Amino acid sequence: MEFTTLQIVWFCLIAVLWTGYLVLEGFDYGVAMLIPFLGKTEKEKRVIINTIGPVWDGNEVWLLTAGGAMFAAFPAWYATLFSGLYLPLFLVLVGLIVRGVAFEYRSKHPEMSAKRTFDWMASIGSFTVSLIFGVAFANFIIGLPVLALPPATAEAQTTLFKLTPSPYLLELFSPFGILGGIVLVVLFLFHGAIYLTLKTRGIVQDRAKKFAGTIGLAAIVGGAVFLVWQNAIVHPTGAIGWVLLVLAALGLVAGWWFVGRGGRPGLAFIGTSLATLFVAVGIFLTMFPELGFANPEGADKVLNLATAASQDSTLTIMLIAAVIFVPIVLAYTAWTYWVFRRPLSVDNIPDEEHAAVG
Amino acid sequence: MTPETLARWQFGITTVYHYFFVPITIALSMLVAILQTIWNRTGNVRYLRLTKFFGKLFLINFAMGVVTGIVQEFQFGMNWSEYSRFVGDIFGAPLALEALLAFFLESVFLGLWIFGWDRLPKKLHLMCIWLAAIGTMLSAIFILAANSWMQNPVGAVFNPATDRAEMASLGAVLTNPVALVTLPHVLFAAYMVAGGFVMGISGWHLSKLRTAQQAGELSARQVEDLGAHRFATKFGAWVLLVASVGIIVTGDIQGKIMTEVQPMKMAAAEALWVSEGGDGSCADFSILTIGSLDGSREVWSAPKVPCLLSFLATGTWDGKVEGINDLRDEFTAGRIQDPDNPLQVNARPRLDALGVNDWVPNIPVTYWTFRLMMGLGFLGMGIAALTLFMLRKGRLPKQSWWWTGLMLAAPLSPLFANSFGWIFTEMGRQPFLVNGVLTTASGVSPGVSAFEMGTTMVLFTLIYGALAVVEVRLLLKYIKLGLPDVVEPEVITDDDAPLSFAY
Repeated sequence: MEFTTLQIVWFCLIAVLWTGYLVLEGFDYGVAMLIPFLGKTEKEKRVIINTIGPVWDGNEVWLLTAGGAMFAAFPAWYATLFSGLYLPLFLVLVGLIVRGVAFEYRSKHPEMSAKRTFDWMASIGSFTVSLIFGVAFANFIIGLPVLALPPATAEAQTTLFKLTPSPYLLELFSPFGILGGIVLVVLFLFHGAIYLTLKTRGIVQDRAKKFAGTIGLAAIVGGAVFLVWQNAIVHPTGAIGWVLLVLAALGLVAGWWFVGRGGRPGLAFIGTSLATLFVAVGIFLTMFPELGFANPEGADKVLNLATAASQDSTLTIMLIAAVIFVPIVLAYTAWTYWVFRRPLSVDNIPDEEHAAVG
Repeated sequence: MTPETLARWQFGITTVYHYFFVPITIALSMLVAILQTIWNRTGNVRYLRLTKFFGKLFLINFAMGVVTGIVQEFQFGMNWSEYSRFVGDIFGAPLALEALLAFFLESVFLGLWIFGWDRLPKKLHLMCIWLAAIGTMLSAIFILAANSWMQNPVGAVFNPATDRAEMASLGAVLTNPVALVTLPHVLFAAYMVAGGFVMGISGWHLSKLRTAQQAGELSARQVEDLGAHRFATKFGAWVLLVASVGIIVTGDIQGKIMTEVQPMKMAAAEALWVSEGGDGSCADFSILTIGSLDGSREVWSAPKVPCLLSFLATGTWDGKVEGINDLRDEFTAGRIQDPDNPLQVNARPRLDALGVNDWVPNIPVTYWTFRLMMGLGFLGMGIAALTLFMLRKGRLPKQSWWWTGLMLAAPLSPLFANSFGWIFTEMGRQPFLVNGVLTTASGVSPGVSAFEMGTTMVLFTLIYGALAVVEVRLLLKYIKLGLPDVVEPEVITDDDAPLSFAY
């Protein structure tokens, strides 16, 4: 099977968008999961929320863009995956809804009981989304089994595919799948705790730093087991897979070292960001060219990079748009992080919530 | 129920609900940007208070718009996978562009605006709300291009080998005549809602302040409030009124384009069974009609406006308007809706091969939603005019249930007009997903069971219902609290100083 350069470029671009989502929203999922645990007093909780307040919504757009790009560049990938993982994606949507309204509603309800409810909504919503995406990506590495449906017309060379068996639900939770879910949750908790260490001062920072030291070990061990399992058994990708594994491990160890004894949370954050990036690259490597699906042996109709792709004119136009606008988005996103660069402590939190325009 | 029915209901429920928040997001962001600009220019704290008051209501609404919007993007793949596969080549592109160009802009700059009051210099901070507001408009451009393509699938060809529609020209998709007229129509509709929202809330406060004024108990602060609300009521009323005029003009053009590219939808809007006009006679406009249960016969009809339908549909007083029965017969006999549309021409053999022989939408739904849309729109316009009249020469409205009801109807009637307009335009496209190309029945995900669709539909409805309760309570709470006290924001340089703006 031959793939065009455009198809490969778009596959890489989609990997970039997913990586952006995992690296950026990864830490705000981690931070949100930690709200009920690292914030004891109301002001401490508000410190935690305000570290991600200005940025989480922008981070979430990476997911929407990744989804939209899959739709535009590989319609059959988007169609098969989203209809195939129907119930898991429904849970993702519920998780995103629940956490999305929680931040806004929390600040507008003065009653403590309501605030506690919204804290748990943010925490559990973020946990659910992280867990499901972890399980999902582990299953992409394994390869979701697909079958071609009968074509609509006699001339049709390509068709829609569906997962088999359908609905494909319990099959997702193989030991490797479950480990994938746990590892992604742990990785985001670690990434989030490092972000909090970087962006807070005082008691919240102390707690975040301590938690990062513990969860970091879990992330290193869990991540190592997962990646070795992936590369040795589930879906070996040769030497490059092992190189990425080592790089990811180094990133995690650097994160653990710098957030703790090294005393450089900024470098620690770069460490976990790079680790997430290397893991993502390794996963997308296993998804080439079957896009995380497993076609039956010897099938005449297969779902892969070529059969799922839009035609070249769509890919070209979209590529031009991406080349122009992704750097612009990155530039103003970076500016946002610079504007809100100052770490927060409880002293920074005003008593009156009404002061917020939001 | 079949998966098709459930998938349609799920789309209907989640989309109508999502769209409760969209008009406010699009238009109120801009009105808040204008208020903040006035404050920047004049330095008058009144406009800062209005900015913060309506800004807060805007954000309560925005959060819901965002989270319900994610469902929309996922839903195409989840419930309509065959549709997604068939049209992804064309339909996916505007969606991806919407995320890349519009959603990032909205989300990032709104984050900067909310939290940036004491981090950014005044002008830079003002720029953030403008960029966010522009982002919401860009979003409208792309999503309406996508939707208009479903109504009038231009710029595409059918490829029998891949069995899908393929893009011939993105320029043609973005300059679809349906999209070009739908965009201003939808934007004006959004401004009607936001104008009604600002007018209704401030108008209600005005009547309460008048009561205090009559009792001679107006504090210095209330005198300030009175001035601010009076300004906002008139501001909102003018926005609503001007947008209403825009709606009428664009709606009129839309009707004529619809007659050309979707004649069946025009006939359905009017429940016109037999062609009228064109041969010296003309088609009358029906204001209200009650048809037989199957919709094929007229039982009772209010007096009709002579020749108006001919004019609305064609622009001439004696133009021919095709009827449902005639169109159905012609489509069955092989007529292509737009013979110049390559996709409709190429895809016709496929429709015949699949045995498609249904061409008629649900007539009572299209007929009534069309009238509800227009009726509620005119009601909103009337309320704006009445309000401006009541406020003439410094007069204030008297506090009463009647006035409160009117102020409540000011945002709600255009809001529901929006809902009915969308229900009309989407139901009028049936039984097609892509007009004349792909039927709704054949777009449904084949691998998803009715049980999965039904369960998620019920759960979405329950979650959305619960969120609606929280949402409405919050809005009412902050509406009643009224204009906030404000301090002039200053950029903080001390690391330990409390932020003036935080969650």
